[in-house]
Amino acid sequence: MSSVLYDTPGPKAKARNWIYTGVFLVLLALVMWWALSLMAEKNQLDADKWAPFVTDSQIWTTFLLPGLGETLKAGLIAMVIALPLGALLGIARLSDHAWIRVPVGTVVEFLRAIPVLMLMIFSSALYVMLGTVSSDLRPLYAVVTGLVLYNASVIAEIVRAGILTLPRGQTDAAKAIGMRKGQIMTYVLVPQAVTAMLPALVSQLVVILKDTALGGAVLGFADLMSMNRQISANYSNTIATMVVIALIYIAVNFALTTFASWLEGRLRKSQKGTGAVVAGDVAEVDAGGAAGVGQAP
Amino acid sequence: MFDFLNSGQYDVLGAFWVTVQLTLYSAVGSLIWGTALAGMRVSPVPLMRAFGTAYVNIVRNIPLTLLVLGCSLGLYQTLSITLGGGTSKEVGFRLAILGLIAYTGTFVCEAIRSGINTVPVGQAEAARALGLSFFQVLTLIVLPQAFRAVIAPLTNVLIALTKNTTVAATIGVAEAALLMKEMLENESDAIFAVFAVFALGFVLLTLPTGLLLGWVAKRVAVKR
Repeated sequence: MSSVLYDTPGPKAKARNWIYTGVFLVLLALVMWWALSLMAEKNQLDADKWAPFVTDSQIWTTFLLPGLGETLKAGLIAMVIALPLGALLGIARLSDHAWIRVPVGTVVEFLRAIPVLMLMIFSSALYVMLGTVSSDLRPLYAVVTGLVLYNASVIAEIVRAGILTLPRGQTDAAKAIGMRKGQIMTYVLVPQAVTAMLPALVSQLVVILKDTALGGAVLGFADLMSMNRQISANYSNTIATMVVIALIYIAVNFALTTFASWLEGRLRKSQKGTGAVVAGDVAEVDAGGAAGVGQAP
Repeated sequence: MFDFLNSGQYDVLGAFWVTVQLTLYSAVGSLIWGTALAGMRVSPVPLMRAFGTAYVNIVRNIPLTLLVLGCSLGLYQTLSITLGGGTSKEVGFRLAILGLIAYTGTFVCEAIRSGINTVPVGQAEAARALGLSFFQVLTLIVLPQAFRAVIAPLTNVLIALTKNTTVAATIGVAEAALLMKEMLENESDAIFAVFAVFALGFVLLTLPTGLLLGWVAKRVAVKR
């Protein structure tokens, strides 16, 4: 195999690569050994710290699965609300009327500049002040509100980019057969843009799911993240719990990321669409970003 | 309405200064770590490529909150790793930076890797024809061009990093989000004013960064 940077290795390069492999392997082994011996020293490798995840089904039924359920619930509710809201904002930002375009643009840019955590903390305080939400539902509401505000603005940008990637001829042709502006949007532009945006939207779901963890850590939302406290309180196995929780997040998000890139590949190949695919918001470090960072096709 | 700013009870500027410090240290660290990861991911050694790919795919899918909290609860409280000692506040600050670097490095890596892909194959072929080694091709020919191409994506990573430093609030680092939480609880009659102050702070941090680096990105982009 060959790439931009190196030729197919010859005998000398192969020998050198083996040396690099060896050195790297030794370094990696040293780091692992150091980490494991440190953990062993603090009794973190003992069987009773890790075994409960296999032997004790209660740990799953009482903590991990309900927590995962809350995480997914918050993520899905946020996505379902943020999607139409974001689409609306994105389309409004493309309006011909400055009095719609400018304020919407300001709101979107403003919301994008504020950390999600701050939006969540603020919504939580807002619900306390209003007193309309019962206190046990408040964390969920605050998390969802924060996520919706932030992600609606991100989705608005994805939608706007999706519509702008469409060839100008689409609008021209629609105008030529006498469609009005609203019709052009709803019948011609948005349906095409939606296919182009799908991978970016699926990747955005990863971002949302990861951000729910903020609610678990700060607002007392009973999600997967917050279960680390409860489990390690019962079994005193902080590191094991964190590792297992991380693995669950990785599994769920990896499934979503894989689905997004599969979808992207399919859409690129499909003859129906324009073949345009909107890159996920590379912008966001908190973006899952698989579809994002522009791998050359 | 904004009299809570003059009461002397809250050090808003101090909190934002911590945010800025977190951002700068993490930015430098993740630039180094991300470049190293990108180097591994494009290297001719399969094991390094595998490590780079695995690291990026695994760490990117873990919530930053979990990483930062893991640094605090796992490394510090369980394994007593203090990263140079000091008070628990100083340790928390450094642990937060460690978590931010581990996480942000993956995004820097992906940005740089996409930049490497923008360098025409001919450049590297010409360099190899001159007899340069892989390391020389990478550091003298490809990375300089790649970096100029990825300033815009890296700017976005930096802006997101700035916002992500608020996650340090979860382990009690006294930065903007933590202060805002405290102020919202104490000044419950002025929550809109408090939120406006902190929102404005972040707009002031991120907006100039974006404009300035956007201008730089246009200036230095390699015209092809």
